[in-house]
Amino acid sequence: MAEGDPAHPRFRASAPAAALLASAFVVSTCGLIYELLASTLASYLLGDSVTQFSTVIGSYLFAMGVGSWCSRYVKRDEVRLFVRVELLIALIGGSSAAALFLLFPLVEHFRVALYGLVLAIGFLVGLEIPLLIRILRGFDFRETVSNVLTFDYVGALVASLLFPLLLMPHLGMIRTGFLFGIANAAVALALLFVLPRATGYRSEKLAGVLILIGLIAGFIASDRLQRWAEVASYGEPVIYAQTTRFQRIVLTRRDDDLRLYLNGNLQFSSRDEYRYHEALVHPALGRVANPRNVLIFGGGDGLAAREVLKHPEVAKLTLVDLDGEMTSLFSNTPTLAALNRGSLTDKRMTVINADGFRWAREHSGQYDAIIVDFPDPVDYSVGKLYTDTFYRAARKLLAPGGMMVVQSTSPLVAPNAFWTVASTLEAVGLQTRGYHVYVPSFGEWGFVLAAARPIPDQARTLPGGRFLTPTIDQRLFDFPPDMARRPTPVNRLDNQVLVREFADAWGKYEG
Amino acid sequence: MPGGNMKADRRTALGLGAAAIAVAGGGLAYALNHEAPLPPGALGGADMARGHRLRDGGFPAPSSEEEVDLVIAGGGVAGLSAGWRLTDAGFSNFKLLELEDAVGGNARCGRNAVSAYPLGAHYLPVANREAKALRHLLRQLGVIIGDADGVPVYDPVQLCADLQERLFWQGRWQEGLIPRTGLTRRDREDLAAFDAQMKRFSSYVGTDGKPAFAVPMAYSSQEPHLRALDGQSFAEWLDAQGWHSPVLRAHVRYAMRDDYGTEPQHVSAWAGIHYFAGRRGWAANGAGENELTWPEGNGRLVGQLAGFFPGKIARGHIVHRVTREGDRVLVDSFDVAANRTVRTRARAAILAMPHFIATRVCPELGDAKAFSYAPWLIANVTVDHLPGGRGVPLAWDNVSSTSDSLGYVVATHQGPAAISEKTVLTWYLPLSNMEPAAARRLLVERSADEWKRIVRDDLLALHPELDGAIGAIELWRWGHAMIRPTPGFLDRGTTHQPAPPLFLAHSDLSGLSLFEEAHYHGVRAAEGAMTLLRHAHESLL
Repeated sequence: MAEGDPAHPRFRASAPAAALLASAFVVSTCGLIYELLASTLASYLLGDSVTQFSTVIGSYLFAMGVGSWCSRYVKRDEVRLFVRVELLIALIGGSSAAALFLLFPLVEHFRVALYGLVLAIGFLVGLEIPLLIRILRGFDFRETVSNVLTFDYVGALVASLLFPLLLMPHLGMIRTGFLFGIANAAVALALLFVLPRATGYRSEKLAGVLILIGLIAGFIASDRLQRWAEVASYGEPVIYAQTTRFQRIVLTRRDDDLRLYLNGNLQFSSRDEYRYHEALVHPALGRVANPRNVLIFGGGDGLAAREVLKHPEVAKLTLVDLDGEMTSLFSNTPTLAALNRGSLTDKRMTVINADGFRWAREHSGQYDAIIVDFPDPVDYSVGKLYTDTFYRAARKLLAPGGMMVVQSTSPLVAPNAFWTVASTLEAVGLQTRGYHVYVPSFGEWGFVLAAARPIPDQARTLPGGRFLTPTIDQRLFDFPPDMARRPTPVNRLDNQVLVREFADAWGKYEG
Repeated sequence: MPGGNMKADRRTALGLGAAAIAVAGGGLAYALNHEAPLPPGALGGADMARGHRLRDGGFPAPSSEEEVDLVIAGGGVAGLSAGWRLTDAGFSNFKLLELEDAVGGNARCGRNAVSAYPLGAHYLPVANREAKALRHLLRQLGVIIGDADGVPVYDPVQLCADLQERLFWQGRWQEGLIPRTGLTRRDREDLAAFDAQMKRFSSYVGTDGKPAFAVPMAYSSQEPHLRALDGQSFAEWLDAQGWHSPVLRAHVRYAMRDDYGTEPQHVSAWAGIHYFAGRRGWAANGAGENELTWPEGNGRLVGQLAGFFPGKIARGHIVHRVTREGDRVLVDSFDVAANRTVRTRARAAILAMPHFIATRVCPELGDAKAFSYAPWLIANVTVDHLPGGRGVPLAWDNVSSTSDSLGYVVATHQGPAAISEKTVLTWYLPLSNMEPAAARRLLVERSADEWKRIVRDDLLALHPELDGAIGAIELWRWGHAMIRPTPGFLDRGTTHQPAPPLFLAHSDLSGLSLFEEAHYHGVRAAEGAMTLLRHAHESLL
């Protein structure tokens, strides 16, 4: 497209000139892509997209200005510097997305790295346009300025359309970065071979080839980099990320959808968590005559506690969660405390930060209801909380008329794992009834009621539930054939069948 | 870059480039040469001064005398088991003398702010059906908690929790200790043939009605063709079967070093096969192939054994001379704290000490030249977070196919919590690839810092993510960690039995350094002494 018009007498078409104009186009496209990448990434990782876009674009343009101003100090050999700058842009810009993702969990002052990169790229791009105009000074000045700026601005449009429509949805940020780095480096290398004055630029050629190879390797390894940069794997902007002694807590928000991830696994979405938590709590409490004293294992987000506290009979609620940083996050952050309606700081509530397995074995008590809301049995450590040993300890904490409920993963995706929870509860002498509910962000989800007495059909339900009504409660216990009860083993400490079943089922499900 | 011409700029650039390369190179050299400071931690081990004093003599003559019906000399698993057996049978007039300040022998344990941890033996396999005395003990300790259809039910918390074992093999952790991927046809065939042969040995019952390979081994069949296996090394026997697969041989080597601290070419074929064909754990709920373990390893068991008769144990008492006087036994022991020798006049004595020490304090036993012992180094490494790795998650026992160490066990694997943050890794290295005497010299001469470097580098090679997370490395040297079951060992223990009222009790008599063997010999000696002293009891053997 940079052929020029051979018929036009005042523009002497030549390969070098065409290549230079092509590179102006590529450089501007790439420059804008890097800028968009940095802005998107910043709003993704730091939240508040308006601020991030404004400050990133502002600093980028400012750095371009600084680069243009500095170009006056380049006295000779503009071609060499131009190629060098272009190679540097390819290297820095191309790997910027990958670098920022990888740096995010590691550095304390992420903004320093972010704006450092933005300023560096802006500076280099700013240096390029004046250099280009000077290299083309042998041509008609009026034409040159017009051509260079035209290609520059048209390139910007191409970039701004490609980015949201093609690149982000199909390549993702890391791969997009590398792709444009490759384009950058390729143009720089092409110039070295096309420009007559560039013969003998051996070190530049070598550097160009090395950078090109590096960027191609990065492009190929993007998937792996993406996995390393775990923050990149969330579908929504991350608004909080913290590694505690026990787990990685990540909160994301898109519009009114607040999501909590622990170690990369979704715990709730604020859009539909009421379905999960109403179904977790009310069928159990509604089947206890007078649930005064309630115990929750896990549930450090306080959402199950919120539902428990809706029952007027509840006089005392104890929550045992491993992670003190989790419970204090959900106690002290206004938006999160609003979501759980201050359940963790309610005067009836006692929060205990302890390992549930150990606590259950070392404590005694008579709880009218026990809500077991642990993370899914993804590994052998968490798997211990689903064993007959744990349920035996939990059973000792259950009052004679009490009722226990256990979140038991998806009976649709992992029916063997789901019913293993039931057979393990039965192995410690409890009667069980499984039920399930549809939670859009999770899919079909299951729970098991357990008690040392027959589990009644009828339950009291609270008025004003968004999901649970007396009719709905009855329906939860029906299982279609694809989720129906099947023979399953007992999950023991020394043979954690549940962890294996769970991994098998979800491994297949997620491919 | 204000002013200057391009040449000057280029020179500056070259200079800057050179400076940058120099800085980078220097930094790299610094990073490569300058090692991070070694973690703190002491160098411990069996008390060498006391051991050597025993060898060199020079103890004062007895300055006082005491009388007791029975003396047990040695507070390892055998001596403690003898004391437990006596107490269980209601025999109370006895005393146990231990050289060290702590009982337990090579089943001792340590403890820090993070966890208790083993200093040596760290697990006990589920007991075989023939191990009657051991099962009796395990019931008393609450390890066996009941029966299901007549089959013992073990306490789930004391059975090793899933995941039990993993092997670092070809860049990934896989479950189990035998490689399963990347095998040649030959490897698969040899592994299968070996496994099938071991299963045949395991289920074989001799014409004397005894299993070919039993635990305790005293219950094994005496058929000559089986005992003849003791005439060659395990490596020779494997060669004779035509099993040369390097994968099989590496696994066998791991097993021999793990249980015997000895290379396959020095292990008796009988002992080698016993490792693979002796275990037929008898337990409900499919726990038969599992083992029992605790954060402190077998330190749990010795602590509980000692708890049966706490007032009868005298620590820091070096038994240095055992003689007969008529039908009595005179046991001279040096009380380290009081700096004097006490003579104990007893109606019977059980020498529950390693055989090389027993022959030294009681010359009538002859010498122990045929007994050789494997030296080990054990390191307890405190880490701020759990090790990870590609492949299956952290197991209790973690073994690397690329390291000469035996890998490590995780102290907090059994809890008490489900999820642990910090832990202690117990790392094992038998110094099996050189002569035991030379290895013992190395053990003494190599500095603590050098050992720490070896331990740290071995762990970091497996787990780069532990870099900076190692809080302490506590080293423990065992000069005589365990008896080596070299060819001919089957006859060795039985030829040295003295006449009553002297009794020997030690796993050295079996030639296999296993808890079950030590326990068996302790019980056997205690019952022999009670029979001699006419104390009524029903034998557990």
